[in-house]
Amino acid sequence: MHVPDPRGPLTEELFRALRSGTDDFYTVLAATPAAEGEDAALALWALHELHYRGFDDVDDALEWDPQLVRVRVVLERDLESRLRARFARPEGLSFVEDFFGWLDQQEGASLARHVHRDATYDQAVELLRVKSLYHLKESDPVAWLVPRLGVRAKAALMELQFDEYGDGDPNRLHHHLFAEGLRATGLEASYDAHLEVMPQEAFDQHNTVSMFGLQRRLRGAALGHLAAFEATSSLPSRRMAQGLERLGFPAEMVAYYAEHVEADAVHEQLAVRTIIGALLEEEPELEEDVWFGAFTCLDLDDRFARTMLSRWGADEEQVA
Amino acid sequence: MSTSTEPTAGYEHPDIVLCPGGPMLLRGKHTIEDADGVAHETTRPVTAVCRCDRSQSFPWCDGTHKVLPEKLRPT
Repeated sequence: MHVPDPRGPLTEELFRALRSGTDDFYTVLAATPAAEGEDAALALWALHELHYRGFDDVDDALEWDPQLVRVRVVLERDLESRLRARFARPEGLSFVEDFFGWLDQQEGASLARHVHRDATYDQAVELLRVKSLYHLKESDPVAWLVPRLGVRAKAALMELQFDEYGDGDPNRLHHHLFAEGLRATGLEASYDAHLEVMPQEAFDQHNTVSMFGLQRRLRGAALGHLAAFEATSSLPSRRMAQGLERLGFPAEMVAYYAEHVEADAVHEQLAVRTIIGALLEEEPELEEDVWFGAFTCLDLDDRFARTMLSRWGADEEQVA
Repeated sequence: MSTSTEPTAGYEHPDIVLCPGGPMLLRGKHTIEDADGVAHETTRPVTAVCRCDRSQSFPWCDGTHKVLPEKLRPT
């Protein structure tokens, strides 16, 4: 994978510098505070990428370059403050006891409903391409949390993650199943293959989980996000599987979603009761951030869904 | 450092967990026989077994309990 095309002044400067072999990123640092929108989001995606698999045309040693880490953290602070500005903690609720009841009351736009009944083949292909940003690294940012938890929360998280990574069988590893589904559909399955169709909201979703995973301080938010993600997956995955079948997608792509119907019916229970139950007994002061992570997962997903539905001219009211 | 001294044993880790309003979690490898006598083998380290009787993936949970009225959910 190579450094992608820029989307504004910051990514112009950053990507040129990353490819040049320099270790002087002062001009990038100077350009960072003014960056916004897709430009800032793509810059953060690329800087996070240095911590995943990197780029063929960038020196691996730059992962921990102090100036680049500074750029990353400035962009993360801006992202986090925008996310926190939208959040209000539900009053008087216990996460472990009340989360599922709270979730019942939340409403958001649903891409799965659209795919189930109404989407065209081309819209579903576009959705899979956009979702590849997230699903090709599914569970990877959560893996960064493991050494940051106490004994019970750590064991509980690994019980879930082991299943995400295929229970030891690479053929069942979830992000591999998604890649196989893309390839069977005739689509590329590299991290950067579909960047051209990504809206800012897709980068925001991905950058948020990367930030939650990379910053130990945000471990509560990371696990709250995990719980909300798993708890909004089983029934939508059934709709996605049926919708993709309706549209004639290959069995491998349908199988990815079918796997998540049953897997996430387990994972949502483990995430809320076992993992977060243990986390909050060990570190009760993290409960506010657990709610913040859960809220942010739903909020980002809703905004992402509305962007895609509006791109397709689909009636938001019908699917909200 | 915030790492506390943890007890070396004695954490609860039950084989079966009944989730209020939801499925039964089952740890380990098991075979479940349904009402028609058909055997279903677990394939995951932890499996969610349907308790609302309305799963489309019966005997496994598919999250259907969450869309049922409260009186129809398992206790």
